[in-house]
Formats: sequence, C-alpha cells, structure tokens
Amino acid sequence: MELTDRAYVAKARSGDADAYRVLVERHSRSLFRLAFRMTGNEQDAEDVVQESFLRAYRQLAKFDDRASFGTWLYRIAANCSLDLVRARKRRSEQLVAAEPDSREDPIAALPCGDPSPEREALSTEVRERVAAAMQDLSAAERTAFVLRHFEGMCIEEVSRVLECQPGAAKHSVFRAVQKLRRALEPVVGAAR
Amino acid sequence: MTHLTEEELILHYYGEAEGESLAAETHLDGCPDCRAAYGALQRVLNVVDSLPLPERAADYGAQVWARIVPQIPGRRRAQWAPWALPAPFRWAAAGAALAGLLTVAFFAGRFYPQPTKPAQMAKADPHAGERILLVAVGDYLERSQMVLVELANANPEQPMDITAEQERAADLVSESRLYRQTAEHTGDTQVAGVLDDLDRVLLEIARGPSHLAPQDVDDLRRRLEAEGILFKIRVLNSNVDQALAPASDAHRL
Repeated sequence: MELTDRAYVAKARSGDADAYRVLVERHSRSLFRLAFRMTGNEQDAEDVVQESFLRAYRQLAKFDDRASFGTWLYRIAANCSLDLVRARKRRSEQLVAAEPDSREDPIAALPCGDPSPEREALSTEVRERVAAAMQDLSAAERTAFVLRHFEGMCIEEVSRVLECQPGAAKHSVFRAVQKLRRALEPVVGAAR
Repeated sequence: MTHLTEEELILHYYGEAEGESLAAETHLDGCPDCRAAYGALQRVLNVVDSLPLPERAADYGAQVWARIVPQIPGRRRAQWAPWALPAPFRWAAAGAALAGLLTVAFFAGRFYPQPTKPAQMAKADPHAGERILLVAVGDYLERSQMVLVELANANPEQPMDITAEQERAADLVSESRLYRQTAEHTGDTQVAGVLDDLDRVLLEIARGPSHLAPQDVDDLRRRLEAEGILFKIRVLNSNVDQALAPASDAHRL
C-alpha cells in the first residue's frame, strides 16, 4: 500500500533522503502548475519548483504534522513565486527606465495553435490582456485567485495557504475577480 | 426585486454560496439582469482559463529531484553513488565526471609542453573555453554559497565575529572579476548578472564591521533574504550543472 505524505515526511525528517524524493516526485507537477500560474513564465516556474523543494527540505523540522504537506508546500511555492515576481518586476522597471522597448513578454513564449490570422491576432491579444491583468493583481489577490480558480481549493484551504482568516481570503478572491472583470470585459466582448 | 450582488455571483460561480446556492439559482432563473451579469462573469473567467499551461512529462518529478539532490544535506555530490541513480541520470553523472577530467586535462595542458597547435585544439573542441568557465564558475558559486549560508543561518540572538567570513568574501570578490568579465565578453548575461549581484553582496560583507551585534546579525540575514542572492546562486549553479552534463555527454559521444 502506498504510504501517505505524512509517513514520508516523518522518514525524511529522520534523514531518509529517498523519502523526500518520493514527496518531490509526487508534488512536482502540481507545484509547477501553481508556479506557472503565479509567475506566467515557464523558466521562472521551473526555478520556483526547485527552490520551493529546497526551502521545504530546510524547513522540514518546522512542519506541523497535523497540517497537510501539500498545503504547506503550496504556501512555500506561492511565497517563492511572489518573491520572484517582485524581483522580476523591480528588474523590469529598471530595464524599462533604461530602454523602453525591453519589456519581457511572457505570452510570447507560450504556444498558440490557432491557424486563422485574424483569430490568432485576437487570441494573442486576449492572452496578452489576461496575462497583463493577472500581473496587475496584488500578491494576495493573485495567490488567492490562482488557488481558488485554477487549483480548485475552497476558501478555507486558500486561507490556510495565505495564513489569513477565511473572510480575508474570500475578499482577496473577490477583488481579484473584480479587477479581472474590469480589465477583460472589453476584450471578451470583442472575442465573442 | 433585490438583485444578487457581484460577490454573491462570484460565490455562486465557485460553489461557495453554501446554503444560499439554491436561492441564487432560483433568482437567476427569474431575473434576466442577474442572468446577464452572471453570464458576463462566466465569460471573463472562461477566458482566464484559456491561458495555455505548459505540460510536464510523467517523469518530471524525477527530473526535479535530480536537479535539487546535490543541495540536499547528506546527499552532497561527493557522496553520490552514480550507479544508484536512474539510468538517464547515470549518463548525466558520467558526463559531469568527464567534464571534470577535461578541465584537469586542460589545465595540465597549460603547464606541460604539448605538440597540438592551438588552432587545431579550437577546431576539435570549440566549446572547451565555455565549459571551463562553467566549471570554474560552478566551483566559485559553491564557495560563495557556503559563506552566505553561514551568515544567513547565524543565530540572530547572539553577537558574531565574522572576520573569517569577511576574509573569504574578500578573496571571492577578487576572484569574481575574472569570471564576470569573461561572462560579459562571451555575452552570457545571466551569469554576468548574478555574478554582479553576488559581487556587491560579498563586497558589502567584506567591507562591513567584523563584530556584529545581534541586531546587526539579524539585519544582515534580512538583507541577504531580501536580495534573494542565495536563490539566484542556487538557480545559476543548477543551470551550470545542467549545462555541463549534456555538453560533456556530447563530447563523449
């Protein structure tokens, strides 16, 4: 029978690195999804996955056995993603100040399979607007929205990742959706 | 008629309206305005879903493990047993070992007379310089990381004498210039950027006071954390390792 995360965490804590390998193999793909949604960039997401597992390993002694390892890991990855997004934003602002056309476009790296040029242009514009709207969310809004919308966590679980009250998590989701609506309704109308 | 608020519509969309979901459903059935508002909300959130998500292979977890295992305490590279790794990583480990041998061979060649003409060397192995830079940078990053980890993990409740760390930081600063200039010359902006950041942090440590009060220790730890320099070093070091392994494999083949 397959052991639970809790059993592997206990083994990893006692120095069994292979047990930690099982946890890494078990959670890597979901962590990548979260990191990509948070950062909007494939390479950044890879870096976040890597760093999150390293941070988690170093902090394994602090992990509360009663909590879910997955939720704890998500919290670390969300924080790690936010650190990276903030650092990239600072760097990007410096670059923009020096060279106005040097902004990185995360959408450009994403695959697009639409064959019609008009639809492709519209689809590209929509995706650019979605990515830009996501970038404009605050750290808490972005994290709460990604966890609720993409990861399907309930508000209660989101609040545990954000380490806040459920009411605050709920409001972060509200504000995120409201901002996204304001930013995207014009472009959604055009795309229909 | 009292319309549903935007928050109620959002809660209904996510199924978080608890006992009020049925009431909201009933209201939507009978209220065209709220139905239109709900439809607009659904369209926006559906568009958000359209952002593509890059897929990862089934063995992605194993790939991540292979990248982080050198930094897992107790599983340092020197203590690795390559034969215990999964087959694809055995080749990578063999490649890395070969890169080490190539480096030793290169430096041996610098100090001993040898008949091969430089032009022939360059033709036979155009990436040798790049690999040697990577090996040297990898080693440099590891030593820098050790200094920074010691400071980042210092007890913030006790004073600390960092004279030894400062000496090592000063040595690393003088060493880094060569690597940074080479990276800039070869157009490797990522390596140059991280080395530049690292240089600044090490310089700050080397030139700062040697005896730190608990508050200073805590300030230093926070500055290191805010800079994210350890993160950058780990990422770059991992990239260096990855760049070396396939290059060495290719060389071997």
